[in-house]
Amino acid sequence: MSRTLSTVLAAASMLALAACSGKQVADAALPPAAHATPAPLPPTPDFGPPQGAPIHAVLTSPPNVPPPIHRNYPAKVIVELEVVEKEMPISEGVSYTYWTFGGTVPGSFIRVRQGDTVEFHLKNSPTSKMPHNIDLHGVTGPGGGAASSFTAPGHESQFTFKALNQGIYVYHCATAPVGMHIANGMYGLILVEPPEGMPKVDHEYYVMQGDFYTTGKYREKGHQPFDMDKAIDERPTYVLFNGREGALTGDKALAAKVGETVRLFVGNGGPNLVSSFHVIGEIFDTVRQEGGTVEQHNVQTTLIPAGGAAMVEFRTQVPGSYVLVDHSIFRAFNKGAMAILKVDGPENKMVYSGKEVDSVYLGDRAEPNLHAVATAAKANAAGTLSKDEQIAAGKQLFTGTCSVCHQANGEGLPGVFPPLANSSLVAQLAKEDKTRLISIPLHGLTGKVNVNGKAYDSVMPPMTQLTDDEVANLLTYVLNSWGNPGGQVTKEEVAKVRAQPAPAPGAEH
Amino acid sequence: MCRRLLLVLLGLLLAGPTLAADYAPLSGGRFASVLPADGKAAPASLKPFHLRTEPVTNAEFLAFVRRHPEWRRDRVPPVFADGRYLSQWAGPDALPRQPVTRVSWFAAQAYCESEHARLPTWYEWEYAAAADATRADARSDPTWRERVLAWYARPSNEALPTIGGAPDLHGVRDLNGLVWEWVDDFNALMVSSDSREQDGADKLGFCGAGALGMEQKENYATLMRVAMLSSLEATDTTTNLGFRCARSD
Repeated sequence: MSRTLSTVLAAASMLALAACSGKQVADAALPPAAHATPAPLPPTPDFGPPQGAPIHAVLTSPPNVPPPIHRNYPAKVIVELEVVEKEMPISEGVSYTYWTFGGTVPGSFIRVRQGDTVEFHLKNSPTSKMPHNIDLHGVTGPGGGAASSFTAPGHESQFTFKALNQGIYVYHCATAPVGMHIANGMYGLILVEPPEGMPKVDHEYYVMQGDFYTTGKYREKGHQPFDMDKAIDERPTYVLFNGREGALTGDKALAAKVGETVRLFVGNGGPNLVSSFHVIGEIFDTVRQEGGTVEQHNVQTTLIPAGGAAMVEFRTQVPGSYVLVDHSIFRAFNKGAMAILKVDGPENKMVYSGKEVDSVYLGDRAEPNLHAVATAAKANAAGTLSKDEQIAAGKQLFTGTCSVCHQANGEGLPGVFPPLANSSLVAQLAKEDKTRLISIPLHGLTGKVNVNGKAYDSVMPPMTQLTDDEVANLLTYVLNSWGNPGGQVTKEEVAKVRAQPAPAPGAEH
Repeated sequence: MCRRLLLVLLGLLLAGPTLAADYAPLSGGRFASVLPADGKAAPASLKPFHLRTEPVTNAEFLAFVRRHPEWRRDRVPPVFADGRYLSQWAGPDALPRQPVTRVSWFAAQAYCESEHARLPTWYEWEYAAAADATRADARSDPTWRERVLAWYARPSNEALPTIGGAPDLHGVRDLNGLVWEWVDDFNALMVSSDSREQDGADKLGFCGAGALGMEQKENYATLMRVAMLSSLEATDTTTNLGFRCARSD
């Protein structure tokens, strides 16, 4: 039985391979043995010796990715990467001393073809303080190259490896203390393309998350040193895409047009946190989780381990700003893990309508908080509004609008906001100048006023958001509270005053 | 150009007071090093010695080179120093009171001989650097560690400061926070080139890395210096690497 099954599987895999080679997989350099190996776990072929003249790899700074490799043979590829220790902003007004591969965080993107023989030159800038090395997860061999690349400042190490496995791999520094070298920004990605290349997309971008540990708090200004205790406790100050807050926002946002395909190479340098990578408003059509060869489809959020990477692809449908986050969401909004993909182009109302309706929904707020206001409004409309209903409604409106300055007890704040309780000014205006009284909430009050023997000189803005009957209710409440003389204000009176021009400021006495 | 700069440096040297180098006495004794004497926990044992109170400066090294022209930049044999040896003297930024850097271990050793001294051993250097203004061993104080780490966090693309930090308990200055310093036995510190090899075949090769376990995490500031020194060859010169000398009593 099992023998039969494996025969069937083998036959199926032959068919699959035949189908693939139909679309130009055929690779002169591939030994035939590679094709004949049975599924599911073929041993990695070694692709034979490098051919042709040595090629100098194109390295790019994030968020850029080197162009696809259109080569149908394994070559010798020379990679030259320089370690630079440099001070750069980590946030607005905050600087940090980064240790970098190639002068950026994450380090330069390296792109080679499966089967390539990579001659790696690691250069440590003469201005460096520290020795460094490199561990490439795409290397098969002890330490991933680390043991062969320990490099003093002002020196260069060389080692060679064969890129046996395809995929997207993290590289990082592995010099003691490893965590500190990584926390200072020493990581990046190397892509090992399959021999047949990758499906064509319109945009490829390079995004890498990392956690940072500074002695000062999040966004504390000035130069911030590394904090080992926070790093050991795994309490990052910053969680960032591409090494700095705002590295991929504003002018530096990633860009695409509607209807284009986007491939993101997303790495996570760590040193500590695992990323729940998500793009707000997008669904990943395809994810190669952990950078492996199995494709997963229709993914909302993909987990990217520290020291791991993924390839995610999607087609843009609707214009707008799409926010890349670590959906461990406090990291996004309180530690900086946000980036923007800006998609330009025509709206597609069939896919997403935009806002169609904006109507008031009071819900529970009407009950009971503003219940009296609603009752008064209804009574007002029916022409049955009583003074008591006005006072009840006015009290609730006062709590929302006036009490911030005049205080809930109407006593104001000494020297800043005049009292309404037992107020000489309220009493005087109620008796002599009701128009002036109504004018205060409608037009505001700026300049010197004298209340209960004390001078005030501040600015009250006009409360133009209030309707005529709301102002009437508020004033009726004030007149009948805290020892004020009583009385009533109607919405008709308010409407009349609202129609008049505002009085000149400071004309109170 | 180079000649003119040399003259400028020399002029500054002659203009300033030319004092003989100061050496401070240190008592030594038993000392808990980050590199245990037996690879596990044994303290180091130190005889009394004298240590130069300041790193060797550009001006001092220039005077040495004039007395010993075989150590001039254009004459030093490549087996004794790499191509970057003293190359900062060709630029406009070298100041007489800066610590001399870009000197090889061989050149440092030769200079110390000219002062009838030698390079300190790692244990001597580490013992001296453990002090602060009031204590011979301040390493358990977070302030001490932060001072060391603050220097690591400072980028080195600016000109080196001049010497003249506050003297410690022994009267020695600038052990931490100015430059790396050569030690006599720099190539015997045995930090593995891949610090994560905690259980490799070469047991001697990882003692420095092994000490990076949690119980010794306070020591990582010092171990980074060990890692730096382990990465060097005797001919190497770097922008941040100088030296001072020591004498046995």
